[in-house]
Amino acid sequence: MTFLDYAPAPESTSILGLRDEYGLFIDGEWRPGGGTSFASVSPSTERQIAMFAAADEGDVDAAVAAARKAYRTVWGPMSGRDRGKYLFRIARILQERARELAVAESLDNGKPIKETRDADVPLVAQWFFHCAGWADKLDWVGLGAGPQAHGVAAQIIPWNFPLLMLSWKIAPALAAGNTVVLKPAETTPLTAMLFADICQQAGLPAGVVNLITGAGETGSALVRHPDVDKVAFTGSTAVGREIAKALAGTSKKLTLELGGKGANIVFDDAPLDQAIEGIVNGIFFNQGQVCCAGSRLLVQENIHDAVMDRLKERMATLRLGDPLDKNTDVGAINSTAQLERITRLVDAGIAEGGEAWSAPCELPKEGYWFAPTVVTGVEASSTIAREEIFGPVLSVLTFRTPDEAIAKANNTPYGLSAGIWSDKGSRVLAVADKLRAGVVWTNTFNKFDPASPFGGYKESGYGREGGRQGMQAYLKGGK
Amino acid sequence: MATSKTTTAKATTAERTASRTAARTASDRAASARLDVPKTYKLFIGGAFPRSESGRVTEVTDAKGRFVANVAKASRKDAREAVRAARKAHPGWAGATAYNRGQVLYRVAEVLEGRKAQFVDELVRTEGLTAARAAKQVEAAIDLWVWHAGWTDKIAAIAGNANAVAGPYFNISVPEPTGVVAIIAPQTDGLLGLTSVVAPALVTGNSVVVVPGSAQLSAISLAEVLATSDLPGGVVNVLTGDAAELAPWLASHADVNALDLTGAGELDWITLEQSAADTLKRVLRPEPGIAPETPQRILALTETKTIWHTKSRL
Repeated sequence: MTFLDYAPAPESTSILGLRDEYGLFIDGEWRPGGGTSFASVSPSTERQIAMFAAADEGDVDAAVAAARKAYRTVWGPMSGRDRGKYLFRIARILQERARELAVAESLDNGKPIKETRDADVPLVAQWFFHCAGWADKLDWVGLGAGPQAHGVAAQIIPWNFPLLMLSWKIAPALAAGNTVVLKPAETTPLTAMLFADICQQAGLPAGVVNLITGAGETGSALVRHPDVDKVAFTGSTAVGREIAKALAGTSKKLTLELGGKGANIVFDDAPLDQAIEGIVNGIFFNQGQVCCAGSRLLVQENIHDAVMDRLKERMATLRLGDPLDKNTDVGAINSTAQLERITRLVDAGIAEGGEAWSAPCELPKEGYWFAPTVVTGVEASSTIAREEIFGPVLSVLTFRTPDEAIAKANNTPYGLSAGIWSDKGSRVLAVADKLRAGVVWTNTFNKFDPASPFGGYKESGYGREGGRQGMQAYLKGGK
Repeated sequence: MATSKTTTAKATTAERTASRTAARTASDRAASARLDVPKTYKLFIGGAFPRSESGRVTEVTDAKGRFVANVAKASRKDAREAVRAARKAHPGWAGATAYNRGQVLYRVAEVLEGRKAQFVDELVRTEGLTAARAAKQVEAAIDLWVWHAGWTDKIAAIAGNANAVAGPYFNISVPEPTGVVAIIAPQTDGLLGLTSVVAPALVTGNSVVVVPGSAQLSAISLAEVLATSDLPGGVVNVLTGDAAELAPWLASHADVNALDLTGAGELDWITLEQSAADTLKRVLRPEPGIAPETPQRILALTETKTIWHTKSRL
């Protein structure tokens, strides 16, 4: 046993009291779905966790009707102060049940417990706590006095941060006075079902939060429902386009948080130890299944070799395996479909002249796995420099001057995130000014906070989540 | 026309050399001692005034159907050139200081003020307004430029903020221009309608390709004002012509970041919005859209950029 070998330290699943089957949570009650139920499997073992109902059009209709009724009779007329108090209650219960939620999320998504325990779930509670405080202060979100809620919000979230994305959607919507119908992703519905239970524990009035499970058709029926006032979607740019098209000509409001191809720019005066950690965090956090991942490394040419040597050395120490093990750094890929996409794109990168190097880690026999990989010799025109991979794969390009770095960083239809590593403050600020991206991390990466607006430029979508800009997305009017 | 009489009366009391505008009015032409020099109304692209590459023009007539001008009728290729010019001009305008942008927009108001009579004349002739109503509209437009000029160095203070994040970070959000904005200007209110959509886009540093409404002469005369107000070439591009023909090319153009459909209510704007969705453009739906003369109108064409920076441990 070397100093890098660890004894297994799995988190127990005994804290979970899961059911074999989950229905739809509509109007404060569980009910069966009209579609064909589906299973969610644990990506690290391929074992079934539970069965979930699929909502058909009738169920969507019932959920929207319940949300409308709750908006009209309870949540709309309620004072902002009382809405806030419900949200504070939810935040507290989320904290109380944090361990259970972290275990459930790791099990269902495949991400390391280290991340769900230390990042996802604490942020979920913080998001509700932050938005709770806005509920009786809406005059100050920046739209003038007396802004109004839209009404019924339809929300669709992805599988990469299931509960965190739920909190980004539900907390601001409720604080602003909307009621919601939310659909979690079909591969990660579990924690949303636990959230239904938390709403009940908090005594939240029936119909304020409705949770419906299902695949793409369910989501499509939801955003197209005529009695929906506001649509919020996080997911792929392709689906975002379809939703924007479906809503054209309606009076529905839309915010989209879509894909990215973030540039992580490392200058030759960067603090290298921190930069290496930042590169690793930027692309291997959550197995790289992050819309704002730093998936394109732009490294100044004169330090390229040194950075690559140190990066590979660091990558070799990453521990891949059981997501529930507290030592695990890199968990499982969420689904076979995603694993196939990653594999296909990396193959394309190699076929186009890239040189791939993967961390020498042993992949478990069961489950969906992809070793942390770096591809060097990538051209700006290469497939893997242009398409979002959504996996633990870093494409490396070089630059000589700040202007070249900026031009390459902006050379993408996306514009969600970017990173800058340099010890020179004046240069950092000048480069940050010119990057066409909604979030710029300087000498850090992948930091999130409910007080900090997040969202993209260009084809990474529109609207912001977090901060008062995030609240504005759920309000209209104001004088 | 009663309105023409008004201008004629003014001309007889003023210095002869200062009465050229009045001399150009149709009813005045016969009485004038000299033959006037009518203007060729061309497009405004990249700071220059080209004819449409298509060679097409639209005949503009006055309220009585008399010929006024042949206005260039822009084509798809002209629209493409305009977008290219707007994209090229964008970094410079967005990168100019807010104080500088404010002074340029104020300069637009100054130059407009000096040419007020020309705009009044054009509105009277082509929109059938009385001189008094036309003057009121031009004055309102001038004041609207002044209002927007004052916003350039303040909008970040009301739309941006420091964010109190839970960690050792300096974190700040600032509004930035969305980029290249294609605008279908209102079909009514001539110069004022045009100003109400172009000025808010310019405040934060967007560049603009605008298809004017019925006030085609005003749009080109405004372009002449912009061209002499230190606004860098390409920041505003004016495509006179048929909005129904031009709008689909602008809605589908991949290098346009936002589509302002304020004046597209009579067009098939749903198809335009669907087309814009292919490249996820920000779309402002037709009137009643966002109220003019509000910060929200300016901010509708901005993006929030949030910058995190580490703070070291001392």
